[in-house]
Amino acid sequence: MTHLKPINRKAQRVVAEVGSGVSRTIGDADKDVVALQQLPAPPHFPLGCSLAFSPGWEADSTGGTAGLCQPVERDIFDCHLGCFWPAHVPDQLNHAPDWTGTCATAQKDWRKLDLVFPG
Amino acid sequence: MIALTLREFHQFEAAGRRFLYLVPSAAVFELEEPGQAILDLLDDATVSEDDVVNGLSARFPVTVIRETIADLLNARAIGYEHVRDDPGPKQLPMVPFPLNTIVLNVTNQCNLACTYCYEYGEDKIVDTEHGQQSKFMSETTAREAVDLLLRESGRVAHMTFFGGETLLNFPVLKSTIAYARERAAQVGKMIDFSLTTNATLLRPDIIDFLAANEIGVTISMDGPKDLQDKFRVFHNGTGSYEVVAPKIKELLRKHRTRPIGARVTLTSETIDVTRIYRHLTEEFGFAEVGFAPVTTSPQQQYAIGNTGFDRMLGQFRELGLEFLEHAVENKHHGFSNVKDTLEEIHKGVSKAYPCGAGLGLLGVSTDGDVAVCHRFAGSDQHKLGTVKTGIDRAAQAEFLEQHHIAEKTDCHTCWARPLCSGGCYHEAHVRYGTTRRPNLHYCEWIRGWTDTCLQIYGELAVRNPEFIARFDRDEARAEAVL
Repeated sequence: MTHLKPINRKAQRVVAEVGSGVSRTIGDADKDVVALQQLPAPPHFPLGCSLAFSPGWEADSTGGTAGLCQPVERDIFDCHLGCFWPAHVPDQLNHAPDWTGTCATAQKDWRKLDLVFPG
Repeated sequence: MIALTLREFHQFEAAGRRFLYLVPSAAVFELEEPGQAILDLLDDATVSEDDVVNGLSARFPVTVIRETIADLLNARAIGYEHVRDDPGPKQLPMVPFPLNTIVLNVTNQCNLACTYCYEYGEDKIVDTEHGQQSKFMSETTAREAVDLLLRESGRVAHMTFFGGETLLNFPVLKSTIAYARERAAQVGKMIDFSLTTNATLLRPDIIDFLAANEIGVTISMDGPKDLQDKFRVFHNGTGSYEVVAPKIKELLRKHRTRPIGARVTLTSETIDVTRIYRHLTEEFGFAEVGFAPVTTSPQQQYAIGNTGFDRMLGQFRELGLEFLEHAVENKHHGFSNVKDTLEEIHKGVSKAYPCGAGLGLLGVSTDGDVAVCHRFAGSDQHKLGTVKTGIDRAAQAEFLEQHHIAEKTDCHTCWARPLCSGGCYHEAHVRYGTTRRPNLHYCEWIRGWTDTCLQIYGELAVRNPEFIARFDRDEARAEAVL
């Protein structure tokens, strides 16, 4: 590192680690590999079993949800925030404002989403 | 296009220079001008490396720009947009983790009736008046706690006596210290002692004992008479200042073997940090003064609300800058809140847990129940074993699993999490009814205070690096003992 000056001890360890070659400076070789993958990456689609993601399509071949390769909760933020499927999730404007309070990252935390019971 | 994007960090300015505090590594770097320009550019938009070079080539040589990009990538201040920012694995501490400190609640009785006390007020966890726990710890239980500590500790062990009012059980304290010294010598470990007291029961013979045995003493005290007497009162309601003042002065005069600190509880009605600090250091001669906001549910009148936290932050900043000016000239300043944080910043501490409770520190109730910390001693819900049967490793593992920063979703977007890690378990329990919640009511205050400490650290790094190097030397000395 030549243009960042390490100040505390952790920064010195980062510099030593980089210098030791354990984590390499990203160079041209790496970029070539990336280029072969035809980046830029396509727009983010929620990982489900349906490529053309649209509400109502999220059913397995039998018409149910049991056979999906990902749980339906996995798509939750794509559905009710970015899309138009409000009826299937709790009303976060009025009745359940904290429903996703424990779920900052859906991929990681979707199991924390719970049912909301009336009353 | 391979686009670059910002990763997690907090920028701060000190001594006219720009610094980066990286999250979650907690590394501190000083930025040069090209680095600053790159971050500013990426702050506005996600652009490719070539666009960064083109955009800045009029101001800096191209090689410098490219090298700086590489440096920022290596430090993980920036990253490639298509590569997910890896949060890293959830690493639990190695087990069995050595026990460093045990806190003995030698009594749950107190001769004061401080109205804000978490142990007796409406926020109490354990019913010490009508509950099952004994009012005083027996000598046998205390000895069993010593045995537990020496069995589970590394080369060095710390024992802290706490209450209630600790000195109400002075006989047990005295005999336990003698027993612990003897046992430590037998097993070849080092042990040291400290206690917290409200100072009302300090007698000449007790002071002599504390000095002779090099016992660290922390005095709970809120400052000048008007502030001390507002909450720190006897059961009949009279203030305690006149009683404790002469005793503390005598203690500070005679006990010179360990620095003696004051621990101040701040409430909405007593936020006057500078005046309290002056009084305790100049009038009394305390070596260090530490401040903590009162732990309480928000409905209490004395609870510190948002405006209170702002005021407190302003006053902390003021005293922090005074600390800085002293540190620049290598003079002692006793504002211990700053010093502790500076040391953590210097080491680059990135915490998975807010404190050592349940890990390297455990509390023991009067009956010998082992708890997460002294504030939970006697609570069945927070029990991690007994002094007789030892640490309940399964319960401890569950506690560590549940309280890891990876479980505190709210903290995942906060740049101050390497140092805060969600804050005090007890505070969270009182506020939210569970130790597992982060303390969201004081996030702004934590970020403000962490930013101030980073600025002080940056100033010292430029103006007096020698002061910071002292932390390394102190640690090397401590490790030499191990």
